[in-house]
Amino acid sequence: MEMLPLTLQVLVFPGLLFAAAAGLVTSWVDRMVTARVQMRVGPPFLQPFYDVVKLMIKETCVPAGGARALFLAAPLAGLAGAALASTIIWRAFLARGSGFSGDVIVLLYLLTLPALAVILGSFASRNPLASLGGSREMKLLLAYELPFVLAVLAVVARTGALRLEEILAAPAAATRPSGIIALVVAVLCMQAKLTLVPFDAPEAETELSGGAYIEYSGPPLAVFKLTRAMMLFTMPVFLVAVFGGGIRLGDGVLPAVAGVLKVVGLVVATILIRNTAPRVRIDQAVRFFWGPATLAALVATGLVFVGL
Amino acid sequence: MPRTAIIPIGPYHPLQEEPEFFKLHVEGETVVGLDIELGYNHRGIEKLSESKTFEQTVFLVERICGICSTSHPIACVQAIEDAGNIAVPERALYIRSLIGELERLHSHLLWLGLAGHFLGFNTVWMWVWRYREDLLDIMELLTGNRNHYAMMKPGGVRRDIRREDIPAVRKMLDGLKGPLALFRDAVAEDPVIHARLKDVGVLTRQEVIDYCALGPTARASGVAIDVRRDHPHAAYGLVEWDVCVEHNGDVFDKAVVRIREMFESVRIVAQCLDRLEVVGGPIDSNPKEIPPGEGIGHYEAPRGEVFHYVRSDGGNRPARHKVRAPSYMNVPTDRAAVLGGSVSDATIVLAAVDPCYCCTERMAALDASTGRRLMGAKELLRLSWEKTERLKRELGAEGPKLDLARTE
Repeated sequence: MEMLPLTLQVLVFPGLLFAAAAGLVTSWVDRMVTARVQMRVGPPFLQPFYDVVKLMIKETCVPAGGARALFLAAPLAGLAGAALASTIIWRAFLARGSGFSGDVIVLLYLLTLPALAVILGSFASRNPLASLGGSREMKLLLAYELPFVLAVLAVVARTGALRLEEILAAPAAATRPSGIIALVVAVLCMQAKLTLVPFDAPEAETELSGGAYIEYSGPPLAVFKLTRAMMLFTMPVFLVAVFGGGIRLGDGVLPAVAGVLKVVGLVVATILIRNTAPRVRIDQAVRFFWGPATLAALVATGLVFVGL
Repeated sequence: MPRTAIIPIGPYHPLQEEPEFFKLHVEGETVVGLDIELGYNHRGIEKLSESKTFEQTVFLVERICGICSTSHPIACVQAIEDAGNIAVPERALYIRSLIGELERLHSHLLWLGLAGHFLGFNTVWMWVWRYREDLLDIMELLTGNRNHYAMMKPGGVRRDIRREDIPAVRKMLDGLKGPLALFRDAVAEDPVIHARLKDVGVLTRQEVIDYCALGPTARASGVAIDVRRDHPHAAYGLVEWDVCVEHNGDVFDKAVVRIREMFESVRIVAQCLDRLEVVGGPIDSNPKEIPPGEGIGHYEAPRGEVFHYVRSDGGNRPARHKVRAPSYMNVPTDRAAVLGGSVSDATIVLAAVDPCYCCTERMAALDASTGRRLMGAKELLRLSWEKTERLKRELGAEGPKLDLARTE
């Protein structure tokens, strides 16, 4: 497959524009499945696009006394992180030899950028509810990163590779007990990374009226929403890449469709989790991730060393 | 020394549909103080009532609250009947209880849905409200309206329940039992719901007694009060039902009490329907005059006892009409329940008493230019006590001496 110049890769395909479009479609799936679960009709297909476009032409209000530059820059940092992560993952699917050693580590960092952006933006808002949301987001980040990295480590330990391509070339991790346990942990961490119920304490509409996002309006809010949508798409793709053998392009239609179906499966699992549980308190979330989740990830890594 | 920050819940907040203002003083995520400020929605109902005829008053109090829209009228007509010694035909009593219990069902379902929403469990919210729709349709069939029924009048009820409508009500009740059992089991079994609700916002039995809390809020803490049983009215003395009591006083038990009460309501409605098929006769004793005198009426609204006092001077309108809604007693218990808990729990704890602010509104005196509150609780208490003392002097009445110094 002929690759575009690098700048266009980041900005158009498989970076920003592609991830944004795919993310908005995924967020439509999320809204539609949620609506069906809740016995509602659900929005039309283009609704997520309309939402972003509408926010783009709205006024940007910066709270008085807030850190203006940081307040406006934070959403862009998150967007950049999500776009770059998508670029690196899809390049590994598309072209052999395009990755670099240690790109899995880079991805782990890039995928935390949206959460860091939310934290920075909330503290720049100078709003008590936003600060509370920001501090919760920080606690949540500290909580889920440990088991998440350990879960990925289980795969890295088995393949001995820190390069996404080599992980993709090896048999899919989720076919072994260690990989299955690690995947389950990673899916729960993904739920928290996407700040979806039961781990949506940072924005908790009915507690903090949106928390971290409360002071955002217009284009910066649109950027945050877009980042969230991109993460809703990119995170499952990352998990499929690490645990499920990735999306095989270029080997015919069937493997490609199978790869996409794996992503859809993870997205639907996420949606179902968020619709069948109430929100947990932040202390309960931290206890869960540092306790059972970390333990399970350690067990998965341990199983790798005994050959399971 | 830890710094205290203020987390505002209100005056406009997605938590609740009415304007209210809870100032949470927090240290980190722990609530260390709570200020409750009401007074955004005062409408002067009691004063308005004095300008309405007795029949019109009932329509007025129906609009105190859109959820308890038949509890206030029942209490009000009972107060008028008490003042005028008016008898009510038996058939009307059954119709009163029927409408009252259907209202309790819809109110508790509303609360259950909102409780799910406050916990971020929007699926529960949507499902509960979906099943509540069938109930509202039945209300429309029976009374012509989904929420404001206009069924009560002094001496009876305004509309009869038609025999041909009864099967539809029974069908709705049967359809409701399945979902009710589903929600009961979901609350009883879901581990995450337990983690969020058990031992959260505990109100002890003594606190309930000290705050004079009412309704499900009191019954969840082991205080078995229910005016339907304690002062039987309407048809509550004529049908079989139980008062639902739990003992832990946490949010979980408040939910359990409400869910159990819904099953009792279904039982009462079914029995009322049975009796309505047998008991005939008039539905209205059609009183013409209310002689001078005073009367009280109470009714167990979904949130607790609602109390009406009416004084007649022999004219066609109340000389004085006093209303006390249950939230007025229940909302202050938030101070006991919220303090020491976390901010995350505060919203569900505040919502656990099923607060209704438009019932509770008294008044607020503000300086319009600065927005500063001119009178707080102590000033209002002082005004009230001064008036009591003045009236006692004028009437030469005996009574305990109120210590005005305590209001300073």
